[in-house]
Amino acid sequence: MFSLLRSMWLTFLHAFHKRETILYPEEKPFLPTRWRGRIVLTRDPDGGERCVACNLCAVACPVDCIALQATEDETGRRYPDFFRINFSRCIFCGYCEDACPTYAIQLIPDFEMGEYNRQNLVYEKKDLLINSEGKYPGYNYYKVAGMAIGGKGKGEAENESPPVDIKSLIP
Amino acid sequence: MATIHIDNKAYDVKAGKNLLEACLSLGLDLPYFCYHPAMGSIGACRQCAVKVYRDENDTKGKLFMSCMEQVRDGMRVSIADMEAKEFRAHIIGWLMTNHPHDCAVCDEGGSCHLQDMTVMTGHNYRQYRFDKRTYVNQYLGPFLNHEMNRCIQCYRCVRYYKDYAGGKDLDVFAAHNHLYFGRAEEGVLESEFSGNLAEVCPTGVFTDKTLKQHYTRKWDLTMAPSICHHCSLGCNTIAGERYGTIRSITNRYNGEVNGYFLCDRGRFGYEFVNSAGRVRKPLVRSQLPEATDKHTALEAAASAIKAGRVIGIGSPRASLESNYVLKKLVGEDNFHHGVADLEHDLVELAMGILRDGSARTPSLREVEKADAVFILGEDLTNTAPMLALAVRQSVRQEPLLEQVSKANIPVWQDAAARGLVQQDKGPLFIAHYTPSKLDELATHTHFDSPDDIARLGFAVANLIHPDSPEVREISDQEQALAQQIADALMKANNPLIISGTSSGSERVLKAAANIAQALAAKEKSAGISLVMPECNSLGLAMLGGHKLESAFDAVLNDYADTVIILENDLYRRANTVALTRFFEKCEHVIVLDHLHNATTEQADILLPAGTFSEADGTLVNNEGRAQRFYQVHATSDELQESWRWLTELGTIMKEEEISNWVGFDDVQKAMAHEVPALQGINRVSPPSDFRIAGQRIPREPHRFSGRTSMHAGFNVSEPKPPVDPDSPLSYTMEGYRGQPPSAAIPFFWAPGWNSVQSTAKYQQEVGGHLKGGDPGLRLLEPTGTAPFSVAVPQRFIPLEGHLYMLPLHHTFGSEELSNQAAGIMQRIPEPYVAINAADAVQLKLSDGQLLSFSIEGQVYQLPAKISQTIPSGTAGMPNGLPGVPFAELPAWAILNRDIKWKQQPQTTF
Repeated sequence: MFSLLRSMWLTFLHAFHKRETILYPEEKPFLPTRWRGRIVLTRDPDGGERCVACNLCAVACPVDCIALQATEDETGRRYPDFFRINFSRCIFCGYCEDACPTYAIQLIPDFEMGEYNRQNLVYEKKDLLINSEGKYPGYNYYKVAGMAIGGKGKGEAENESPPVDIKSLIP
Repeated sequence: MATIHIDNKAYDVKAGKNLLEACLSLGLDLPYFCYHPAMGSIGACRQCAVKVYRDENDTKGKLFMSCMEQVRDGMRVSIADMEAKEFRAHIIGWLMTNHPHDCAVCDEGGSCHLQDMTVMTGHNYRQYRFDKRTYVNQYLGPFLNHEMNRCIQCYRCVRYYKDYAGGKDLDVFAAHNHLYFGRAEEGVLESEFSGNLAEVCPTGVFTDKTLKQHYTRKWDLTMAPSICHHCSLGCNTIAGERYGTIRSITNRYNGEVNGYFLCDRGRFGYEFVNSAGRVRKPLVRSQLPEATDKHTALEAAASAIKAGRVIGIGSPRASLESNYVLKKLVGEDNFHHGVADLEHDLVELAMGILRDGSARTPSLREVEKADAVFILGEDLTNTAPMLALAVRQSVRQEPLLEQVSKANIPVWQDAAARGLVQQDKGPLFIAHYTPSKLDELATHTHFDSPDDIARLGFAVANLIHPDSPEVREISDQEQALAQQIADALMKANNPLIISGTSSGSERVLKAAANIAQALAAKEKSAGISLVMPECNSLGLAMLGGHKLESAFDAVLNDYADTVIILENDLYRRANTVALTRFFEKCEHVIVLDHLHNATTEQADILLPAGTFSEADGTLVNNEGRAQRFYQVHATSDELQESWRWLTELGTIMKEEEISNWVGFDDVQKAMAHEVPALQGINRVSPPSDFRIAGQRIPREPHRFSGRTSMHAGFNVSEPKPPVDPDSPLSYTMEGYRGQPPSAAIPFFWAPGWNSVQSTAKYQQEVGGHLKGGDPGLRLLEPTGTAPFSVAVPQRFIPLEGHLYMLPLHHTFGSEELSNQAAGIMQRIPEPYVAINAADAVQLKLSDGQLLSFSIEGQVYQLPAKISQTIPSGTAGMPNGLPGVPFAELPAWAILNRDIKWKQQPQTTF
């Protein structure tokens, strides 16, 4: 009997609590920055494409909804020729972001992707690539990797010594 | 047999092996870098350390490099020992100190031995805090990409390139921690086997440059077992596809045929499949291309065949099945071989030698074991590159047997064995008219015309066995050489005679056959290896058919008016004049081919035939080994195998037998039943209803990515995956995950072993045969019924005003299909005519000047190249090179000194 009354009382108290329900879409919900929503491709601090088309996101994807093809510019910098995500298959697990060695692919707090036509859920690179560094500012993969690309020769990356002079005998 | 205890478990292993080989053969995971089954061990990387204990009471043990330690009976070893494990983890930590942070953009990633070994040893964080060493890369030509930063100094590349393949232009430079593996200066790698560096290198220093242009990770490829179509050796390959184009060719280990390696023509020649010149849609001349589809084209072809009297022209580069169905469709009397008549005769003769002779034809592995080799009239590096590589190994055989086994050094102790042998080589004799890359290994190289080479061969045979005819009027010098060769061959245990069709001389073939027969008559286990012109030349000969000349006659004499040409550019087989007359007289020309060429231009109906990667089929290599290649990826309805086009044609025309054939198996069975020489050919590969645990064999690795997105660009609703009616392989990643039968291995992979080094898991013992036996079925075994040939030719006599034009072959340039590959195109030499130095002086020719001559009415004007070796009175012309019209070589060329006009220097204003 007592527990019954107590439950009713607690339920009654809820009438005076702050409301969790918001008037979406007039009022937008708060989503933390790590919320796993729409997938984007970001750019490095120099404005270059971060994605190096390594295929790790595609292979990590449990529903295989990422397809891409690597290509290179004339300086040897690799980037995706096309990059396609089929959001009608995506389960927003975030494995692709985990797998990405360059912080290129990121899940952002946006879920408003409803479409009447399923075909419109297929996003190509032009739909995915944004003009920002996203959640991880400052990182530039090619500044760390040993590959030479346009504007960065051998031995010019972080923690690299200048190229070896193979004719030298000095240790 | 020896019993060893690994981690307190007893195993029986083969004695004489090293510990690493033994562990890998047992299927145990032990990391290593510098060891390679084909090259032995040198103990450079220190990665394969294990603990070895004195006896069962010894608990402390000592660290040993397992690749340098011979297996002893009762040995006690530990792989799992903590100290050994830590040691291995440290080694890889050190190897990785300078490794760049670039797996994401490295082509090796996903099939990288270094990645696998790093994961295996458990090294995951870099402890070295200082700067990384960097290198400047080199341009190494169209085939390989160089990224020296990734090097871990295991020395495999130079050991392969210099020691194994005999290359001269790759080496190690500098000292201590500055070692540099590359060329002395930038430039194209000269070796025909450079592509193997991509597989030999355990990391991404050398990677496939053609793959880089359409890069795909190994896990994303749809792969199928294939057979190389670019020469007669039939090396086993794996072809990988993604998004509808072929991405790469990698080696498919076959213990009997190619082992671990491929030549560059085979590895990089695949690009013709993706070429813009492909025939991808059926075309009918009288209809608009847009209005033509598969059915209208088939109807048009069927009505043309019904209306006319039809003949068929087969092809040595088409599969047995395609040729067989064509033969069935047109009838036995109307089936002609689409090869030059001389080539037809030579291949027939070669088949006769292999079938009726008394010497057996060896596989490539057996060639490596030969201890005396005599090559007659064949430039192996250019006509059958992998055979040249096998011969290169065989010259090591005699010193290995003689000195190394005497010194009690195991053969796998590579540095020690090579140090002991030094420059010592076994007997290798070469008789040819042009220098080859094997000359440097030869005991003696004899340059002469084909007839004189044949005479030398007959002289050798006569010295070995007096029943072989005598050669008259032979010079003392030649007689002495013949004696030297005969002695060397008689002294050997496994002498080998190599010849072939490339010099275009029946006499040379007969001489080679006589030597082999003479050796066999002396109870020697002699081998004879004959190089054929193309990938299925021998298969076509086994199938039987008439000559090309008689096809021309049939049409010109109104016996026939309709012709079906199967995967064949006749302009590479006969001269233009004859062909023009032939095509003018033909009412209907039906052509099936992969690429647009001069013959397809003549077609009234053109049907797109699937290339090796879009078709199933069987080829017979020069050893008489029938091997199956599988379709790699499903294609549109309008691009299919030639045999399928022809069966569909037969079905429309209500040919009774052909209408009953549904798929590949039916065609193959009918062929095995009907052609006696091809009996049992349906046992080459498992039938299409073969299943393991009720499942197909997947063409895609289980990590294959993007399948719900690949086609989403066209349509978000995924199509039903295509089903393969012709083989037990599936086009998807679903299927049996264990090891498939050896004839149907689509790719090598084992847990923890993503790189090609996983091959070890598929072998009975490391570097040995595949589990379940090496694939392929030998169709020819010698019966020993043929008598000695008595056709000893006369000495070659030059003719005034003429040059005897001999064919010269080029690895890059002489083969039709690979010539269309972008990478290979860069390596094709400019047309030339090789001319004897003394003759050049007489003709007042200097290097590069145009020489004009005509062969059978065809006029040639080619820049002269002075040769010191080509015999006087003869000249050499590159065979099959783009821009050099066809001539049936060898032939007498008439010198047109009169019509040669001087090139005027152009005046520029």
